[in-house]
Amino acid sequence: MTTIESPHRVEDRISELYSMLDGHTLNGNSAALKNLRKKAIEAFAAQGLPTRKTEAWKYTPVEKKLSVDHTVYHENRPLPLSKEEAHAFLVPGIDAYLAVTVNGKYIAELSNIEGLPNGTVFTPIDQASGSLGDLLVSRLDTQSDSSKSPFVALNTAFLKDGLVLHVPAKVHVDKPIYVLHLFDTDAHTIVQPRMLCVAERESEVTLIEQYVSLNEASHFINVVSEWAVSQQATFKHYQIQDLNTASTAVFNQYAYQEQHSYFATHTSTLKGGLIRNNLEIVPDAEECESHLLGFLLGSGTMHVDNHTLVDHKKPNCFSNELYKNILDDQSTGVFNGKVFVHQDAQKINAYQSNKSITLTNKARMYSKPELEIYADDVRCSHGATTGQLDAEALFYLRSRGLSQKQARSILLKAFAHDVIDAIEFEPLRDYVDSRLLESL
Amino acid sequence: MLEIKDLHASIEDMQILKGLNLTVNPGEVHAIMGPNGSGKSTLASVLAGREDYEVTNGSISFMGEDLLEMEPDERALAGIFLAFQYPVELPGVSMSNFLKQAINAKREHLGQDPITAAEFMKLMKEKAELVHLNPDLKRRSVNEGFSGGEKKRNEIFQMALLEPQLAILDETDSGLDIDALRIVSDGVNQLRSADRGFVVITHYQRLLDYIVPDIVHVLLDGRIVRSGDKDLALQLEEKGYDWIKDDVLV
Repeated sequence: MTTIESPHRVEDRISELYSMLDGHTLNGNSAALKNLRKKAIEAFAAQGLPTRKTEAWKYTPVEKKLSVDHTVYHENRPLPLSKEEAHAFLVPGIDAYLAVTVNGKYIAELSNIEGLPNGTVFTPIDQASGSLGDLLVSRLDTQSDSSKSPFVALNTAFLKDGLVLHVPAKVHVDKPIYVLHLFDTDAHTIVQPRMLCVAERESEVTLIEQYVSLNEASHFINVVSEWAVSQQATFKHYQIQDLNTASTAVFNQYAYQEQHSYFATHTSTLKGGLIRNNLEIVPDAEECESHLLGFLLGSGTMHVDNHTLVDHKKPNCFSNELYKNILDDQSTGVFNGKVFVHQDAQKINAYQSNKSITLTNKARMYSKPELEIYADDVRCSHGATTGQLDAEALFYLRSRGLSQKQARSILLKAFAHDVIDAIEFEPLRDYVDSRLLESL
Repeated sequence: MLEIKDLHASIEDMQILKGLNLTVNPGEVHAIMGPNGSGKSTLASVLAGREDYEVTNGSISFMGEDLLEMEPDERALAGIFLAFQYPVELPGVSMSNFLKQAINAKREHLGQDPITAAEFMKLMKEKAELVHLNPDLKRRSVNEGFSGGEKKRNEIFQMALLEPQLAILDETDSGLDIDALRIVSDGVNQLRSADRGFVVITHYQRLLDYIVPDIVHVLLDGRIVRSGDKDLALQLEEKGYDWIKDDVLV
């Protein structure tokens, strides 16, 4: 093992780790992949990490969460748990194709994806073979872009254990694909899950993801997901973020939509330390429908930043964005939702709503909707409200004999009901509901 | 059942009630009348336990217990019901979920099992008929999109479901047309019984044509300045509050 002299900058430390691991743990056979990684580390070095002065990261001090003590997870630890123990984390009652990853790596013995229909491929990227493998590798980092995000660059530079999902044209995947991501690391470890999903024309698929910490170590989770939704395809995505309070997580998620496609993503953030969700949707053809929903249950000192972009490039599209936050204790929520309508993108209907309730005087919410519209025949709206529980409503309920706790729970459920009810799977909806009730 | 002695209460350092005395016995209907700002709604709020009000002096005993020591929900469970002047809209809270929880809170307090779905349906139907409430309202959010009359009828509907010992009607007549007033009053009259007390707060005599009180009190500047039978309300209607004001000053 090479000894590294302690560098002064995190960026330098990362570059050194890259040099150390390249050609060893990051071997792989694909020259294309190797080339992609090399460009990514250069892009990372060129950009550097965001600081407090970076406008897009103004409220989220991520730079404090990465130090020169950090290492990038690369070893293969022995499996920390049995199949039974792993499955105990699953939301009960969901009939799905199940995949389990530990520290970003797919673990076949914990998974059960048998029976996926008609040529649907779901596999670690280094096992995607032949022409499909080449195709998928060629599509990596095309929705995301390492040159525009240091976190995407960081993930891409160390790309090894990524997963790919390929749904062929006209295939309807009959059950959701449920990916349970488990994290079991030492402190100061960067873990980088990666997933590329391609839904070919007229296909339909639902992906459920659940991110869970197995221990209390301060892992730094840097996710990159790319979703390509082809013509007339339907792609639905749900995710549950349930990480430990010492963790930091940056989710970089990108959807690209072709004509007449349907895309929906729904994030329930239930626990964590610092979480940043970067979500970018590009409806790059006419007749696209896009839904972005988020529910945040903030407690303790959680800090959760939802940073979204809907980039309407073509006319006749619909997008709807709904984020609801409940902030208890000293938690902080940030919402920055940008809707960009290009000059040629006429007849766009774009809606955005961000509503937050702070339950204590120490909870904080920063909300910043941004509409940038260059077309003249569009219908766009946004609304952002932050308030406390309505004292008169609480009194009304209590005057009917309901306890303070019951009254609060009724009002908070009512506040969050539209965003929670938007979850189409009843067991998942009940699970999020129950987590809300437990938190009171 | 209710004994208020020398009650002083203020809101934001403004003294509203200045030594109010009132005794309500089971079976009695008391009307509290008075001009705007005399303290009528403050009395209702203090009885139900609204936090904005501070009781600076005096006592309230309800069924032998110190009411002022109790939380709003404890008061409700002990048998106090406030029909709100402005019922609160609760978007996203379904009527049936809300009412079921309220009924079960009471049943739990009484050591009874939660209500079954069938019993609940039956009870809802029976009590809704009492105030001619459209059964469809049960599926809607509490008071959301209800007309003024529906909101007031909903208050009486809840009263009927929760069967309080003491019901306080805070200007239940305000904003009601004559038909709605009649329906609401009929509902209240059907709930009158030998062991249930009522405090009916109103600005106008009109309501008392339908809910005939046993005793009428006139509230002026935070105190009850005169009490009498239902004829007192008629006199007030005829002569206005200035008549009493002048009288009291003399």
